Amino acid sequence: MSNPYIQTTPEQLSEMLAKIGAASIDEIFNDQIPADLQYKSSFEIPEALSELELQAHLAELAARNRVAAPGSGFVSFMGGGIYDHFVPSAIMQVAGRQEYVTGYTPYQPEASQGLLQAFFEYQTMISRLYDMPVANASLYDGASAVGEAVFMALGIKTERDRILLSQTIHPDYRSLVATYMAHFGVKVETVSHEDGVTPTAALEKAIGDDVAAVVVQHPNYFGCLEDVQKIGEIAHKSDALFIVIADPNSLGVLAPPGSYDADIAVGEGQPLGLNPYAGGETVGIFTCKKDFMRRVPGRLVGLTKDKSDRRGFVLTLQTREQHIRRAKATSNICTNHAHNALRSTIYMSLMGPNGMARVARACLRNTNKLKNLVEQRKPEAVAFKQPVYKEFVVRTKSPAADVQREMLDRGFLAGTPLSLRTNAEFGEDLLLISATEKRTDNEMEQFVNALEEFL
Amino acid sequence: MSRRIQIANDGDGLSVKARLDTQTIFELSEPGRTGFSLPPESADTDEIVKAALPSEFRRNTPPALPEVSELTVMRHFTHLSGRTMGVETTFYPLGSCTMKYNPKINEYGAWLPGFTNLHPDQPTETMQGLLEAYWQVQEILGKLTGLPAVSLQPAAGAHGEFTALLMTKAYFADRGETARTQVIIPDTAHGTNPASAHRVGLEPVEIKSNERGRIDVEALRKVVGPKTACLMVTNPNTIGLFEDNLREAAELVHQAGGLVYIDGANFNAIVGRVRPADFGGDMMHINLHKTFSIPHGGGGPGAGPIVVRDFLRPYLPRPTVVRQNGDAAAPFAFHNDPKSIGKIRSYFGNVAHVVRAYAYLRQLGEEGLRAVSDYAVLNANYLLALLAGHYDIPYGNRCMHEFVINATKQKNQGAKAVDIAKKLIDYGFHPPTTYFPLIVPEALMIEPTETENKEMLELFAATMIDIAQKAETDAAQIVDSPRTTPVQRMDELGAARNPVVTA
Repeated sequence: MSNPYIQTTPEQLSEMLAKIGAASIDEIFNDQIPADLQYKSSFEIPEALSELELQAHLAELAARNRVAAPGSGFVSFMGGGIYDHFVPSAIMQVAGRQEYVTGYTPYQPEASQGLLQAFFEYQTMISRLYDMPVANASLYDGASAVGEAVFMALGIKTERDRILLSQTIHPDYRSLVATYMAHFGVKVETVSHEDGVTPTAALEKAIGDDVAAVVVQHPNYFGCLEDVQKIGEIAHKSDALFIVIADPNSLGVLAPPGSYDADIAVGEGQPLGLNPYAGGETVGIFTCKKDFMRRVPGRLVGLTKDKSDRRGFVLTLQTREQHIRRAKATSNICTNHAHNALRSTIYMSLMGPNGMARVARACLRNTNKLKNLVEQRKPEAVAFKQPVYKEFVVRTKSPAADVQREMLDRGFLAGTPLSLRTNAEFGEDLLLISATEKRTDNEMEQFVNALEEFL
Repeated sequence: MSRRIQIANDGDGLSVKARLDTQTIFELSEPGRTGFSLPPESADTDEIVKAALPSEFRRNTPPALPEVSELTVMRHFTHLSGRTMGVETTFYPLGSCTMKYNPKINEYGAWLPGFTNLHPDQPTETMQGLLEAYWQVQEILGKLTGLPAVSLQPAAGAHGEFTALLMTKAYFADRGETARTQVIIPDTAHGTNPASAHRVGLEPVEIKSNERGRIDVEALRKVVGPKTACLMVTNPNTIGLFEDNLREAAELVHQAGGLVYIDGANFNAIVGRVRPADFGGDMMHINLHKTFSIPHGGGGPGAGPIVVRDFLRPYLPRPTVVRQNGDAAAPFAFHNDPKSIGKIRSYFGNVAHVVRAYAYLRQLGEEGLRAVSDYAVLNANYLLALLAGHYDIPYGNRCMHEFVINATKQKNQGAKAVDIAKKLIDYGFHPPTTYFPLIVPEALMIEPTETENKEMLELFAATMIDIAQKAETDAAQIVDSPRTTPVQRMDELGAARNPVVTA
């Protein structure tokens, strides 16, 4: 058999065909599909490999990637939205249980209480971390969470058609909002940064009673802290919604969005125990104020009781969703990022409030230590004079993309050239560097020694 | 720190199971307990944090996360997994979702550190292995569908629909055809279709299916015209039938200047046998988590790549993976077309799933993929044959990879479709999809997939027949199910009326 996952023996095939009343599988297809639509030639795709051969091939493919890991000869100072954080070993062990991996959306609550309870715990933890009353059961990633937040804001502020995005938001997120809004007659405007942060004076000038939402990221794409208190006040003075993008890892030490009156707070959950995976292991965090609960996109798990009064969990407010409401749904989302949300729930459970604080303080400490080291050698190299959390921007003498490549030979993944995702919007000579809790003083020392000549 | 949920629990609590059954992780919390192991904090941390972080930015109250040990975490989540069904627990015939076995070689590949540790902003020369997998999957999906331009970025099927519809809008905007604002959708469609259309600012126009459960070409003729942006069709459709007049329908749409979108949720029924381009598709999404064996993860992540005709290639989301200069020996690179609709997701998509799909495609090859559709269709038809006569199965005695029961007869006897579904749980099965598609009353939508064996299909059929007989004689005991599960029927109305979404 060319497909090792099919269990039917030739004898069984005959018996099954007899019961169906067909001479062959072909006959069943011919019954349904006009003959001239059936493709009879070769598709010319690669030949089948046995599992034995495929293991070797996949390992060889993976070996062709150069990754930062102990023993690889590379140390990562990459950030810009995806980070090299510590992932506790327990996550993989328990999240890898087949009930979690292979099941689907818990439409049948009696058969899926485990998953439903895990998502309820996820919602609760995210709500407490962000200090926001409502959290959904996940979206795809940080970028799509911003897109959904903007959609929701436009649904709440129906008379308004402008969205103000700070230029300090992750460029992929900004691009996504532009894509999502491209044909809606909505004006998506960018407020240019000044010295690495959103200038509140410019924001005050830009805002008006036609603005549905003001969106900022804090800490922002450059790692700088934004004046979120003031920005929120400006948004609310014009009765616009205040949307904040916050790294969940930062909230171990930074004031949460709920404390400065964010209306909607979103984020990328990768720092919560997920692998960097080329930016492909993500979970979109979505939280909001209670008033907006019935407008939330995606799945929501609610607490309830069964007929014997036992506590249990169900998917709730499903009339918001596409499978009930169809075109009138609050979002088209169906499959979300449940498994990654589960992994982050296990991460937050292991870390607890103390672990979250320890990791956040270590990120803050390491990044600022690294920044101090750079400033000691090259006082002018740090691009923005702002407090930073987990990353910062340096100015390089040659194009930052070239510096990144040079640093590879010295054993470092040196950071993100800002030109990579921004079409040179910020020029060619800015490099974004991150030092998470995983970096040691020795690594940082050696990194600055190697980087110094390029600054 | 821990906040306790005040909800009545049953039992006296004097067993480990009772304890684990009735507590959330928050109730297991004990202040001072930890489940992590980190190096000691550097001596200068306080000093640096103080200097670097102005006080107004600081968190004053720590988040009320649980304080639990690693063992408690392991027990808790192991216990929860035991209250959840997976494909390796039992037969999972959830129609439309293709709950087939997920081969473990896919996981072997997906968890290789050479993939998991990649950072998206690394130079492309350091990620050639990944880019090769991307390029290969693009190529193979293009060949299997006849739609050669591919983006692997959409994170789910609905995201693929949304992306392709955005491309449709961009394409017509480029041609100055801005009057094309309608998406024609048959009434058998998934809810995501009209929701996605609405999401890009297009107007869904529903057409009724004909008495054969297929597109009504005459109904289509009445609505197609200069306002048509596209026709959106699932083929095979959600009744489990091949849309055998889709080519004619597609011609009508093309003559009117519109495009044809194929919802590829059911591609597993025809992969290796039919290329959707050949029945008129211009664009299509593919659910890697259905046809190509990616695990469903309890509701995702999925992956919904889109494949389109060459004239739509420039509009694909940024970036796609190409071979530099089209040279077969050249390194792989990212390509950003100036006409691209832009980003629809950060970075490159659900990368691990691309690796899994690559493993699956490489293991099966052409013959193995054809066997997917062969045996998916065989198994569905066998199950249909076993159940025919016991249940009302509208639209004929043959199907593709799934079929739909109309349980109105059982409803009239006192057991609705939902009751039958719940009763199946008591027998250890995961229920089929219920109340979908909407055009079949009391619908039970059954998809066995190719990976189940004859014995399991027969056991399921025998159980279904037993339930049908019980419905005739004693429907009350079906309505009373499930009884073997940790909880019984839930108060869903109460949950929605007074939503409690956090502890």
